[in-house]
Amino acid sequence: MELFIQFSYLAAAVLLIMGLRMLGSPKTAPRGNIIAAIGMLVAIVATLLMKQVVSYTVIIAGVVVGSAIGGLLATRIQMTAMPQMVALLNGFGGGASTLVASAELLNYARRGESPEGIVPTAIVLGALIGGLTFTGSLIAFAKLQELMRGAPLVYPGQRVVNALLGALTVGLGIAVVLDPANLPIYGGLIAISLLMGVLLVIPIGGADMPVVISLLNSYSGLAACATGFVLGNSGLVISGSLVGASGLILTKIMCDAMNRSLTNVLFGAFGAVDESAMAAGGTDDRVAKGYTPEDAAVIFSNSRSCIVVPGYGMAVAQAQHAVRELSDVLNDKGISVKFAIHPVAGRMPGHMNVLLAEADVPYDNLVEMDDINPEFPETDVALVIGANDVVNPDARTDKGSPIYGMPILDVDRARHVFVIKRSMNPGFAGVQNPLFFNDNTMMIFGDAKGTVLALVDAVKELV
Amino acid sequence: MLDDPAVAATILVLALFIGFEVISKVPPLLHTPLMSGSNAISGITIVGALLAAGGEDTTLSTWLGFVAIVFATINVVGGFLVTDRMLGMFKPKKPTS
Repeated sequence: MELFIQFSYLAAAVLLIMGLRMLGSPKTAPRGNIIAAIGMLVAIVATLLMKQVVSYTVIIAGVVVGSAIGGLLATRIQMTAMPQMVALLNGFGGGASTLVASAELLNYARRGESPEGIVPTAIVLGALIGGLTFTGSLIAFAKLQELMRGAPLVYPGQRVVNALLGALTVGLGIAVVLDPANLPIYGGLIAISLLMGVLLVIPIGGADMPVVISLLNSYSGLAACATGFVLGNSGLVISGSLVGASGLILTKIMCDAMNRSLTNVLFGAFGAVDESAMAAGGTDDRVAKGYTPEDAAVIFSNSRSCIVVPGYGMAVAQAQHAVRELSDVLNDKGISVKFAIHPVAGRMPGHMNVLLAEADVPYDNLVEMDDINPEFPETDVALVIGANDVVNPDARTDKGSPIYGMPILDVDRARHVFVIKRSMNPGFAGVQNPLFFNDNTMMIFGDAKGTVLALVDAVKELV
Repeated sequence: MLDDPAVAATILVLALFIGFEVISKVPPLLHTPLMSGSNAISGITIVGALLAAGGEDTTLSTWLGFVAIVFATINVVGGFLVTDRMLGMFKPKKPTS
């Protein structure tokens, strides 16, 4: 039986890897997801067959409650709220790992034994990473759901406090490894890991959330991996490290797309607007001219091609369906429409793709930054909807700009640029965008959804 | 088996390596479903939760196990379902006749 269970875990790991691999293409991805789910089911059934599992009442109760909540969340959540959803799920995964590590330590204590070998270290890592992931994810959730301010929360001496807490955490961790039977110290470790999760995420601004969510995703996997070592279960170790690797890759992609190091994202409190610098250097005598949707429609009537650049503003205004309608109307007028997706547009990796897919935009029309940039000079209209920093030409040319070096979408090279924006407020990075003052740029001020719908009507009017 | 540090390290390193290889091939188009899907997989910690809740051990660890099962099940069920829902929305261009 023991051997059968071990082989089942192996089968589960193979299914999970196959499933993840099939997520590599939109055609095979739905099946890949189902295969991964089957892999998970195999691992769960194998565990239930283990001789340590003697009572099923608590298990059934837990699974029923968890499935109900998970099922409700998954079916009710709006696509624009996907970053919050993922943050919340990360948190639950991390929380579960902490609880498992703690329960295992209590079992050792009850038996009057002390864990040996790598087990104490694994318990500490599982509890610590899991606890930090739990509270960190809840804060990320609160910021994304706008239950708390998205802006970075900074206070004097923040770094010193964090460094001291970090040192204390390491000290407590070592103390637990040396004396795992001392439960009060372990309790202290849990408390401090929960506190660390909060303190590490509060200074990070809303637009840096793609990095934070990716990193927390990675942590939830690493916490599961650590509990695998606690229990001596290879299935957990393999699956946990798959997720750990996945989250780390996404984290790196997000950091590269902002041309910033992970340290800078986590500790730089980017976007905590330096008012004095803005007042001194950020003034611009030029005034951006506002135009109406009708003015834009006139330009459209002489155009053959359009590239839409969506940003977080489109998500906030729930404008994806209106954008799709505009794309249809333009198509009817013989204008080709593509969508340029910046890697960090939105609040999580791939956020814009999901929203546009929800609005029935075919995925062939969603083009990555490196593939679409050469096309801008040949394009009649670049339509920027609720994006700012990812289209700021200063990133290419102004060495003094905070976002210098960040790869951007070259919208300024299109013949005409329309920018739909609520106001002239600078973007997340707190820097002014010279794109808005260019001669070939038309600013259309207003809410993304209302403005796009007005644009739809205006284009329809033209023959 | 994992008591042997060499075996443990081998499994860990190889699994991380496979993870890096497999995930690097996922296009940015699918990064959100990848994230929610891998999220569901991190709910594998449910295995440990089942062992904690189903054992004949102390009541406190049974309760911790119960909460862990609830958390992990939300993670697994919610993760796979929402990924399925999202992936269902990704459609190719309709062939134009």
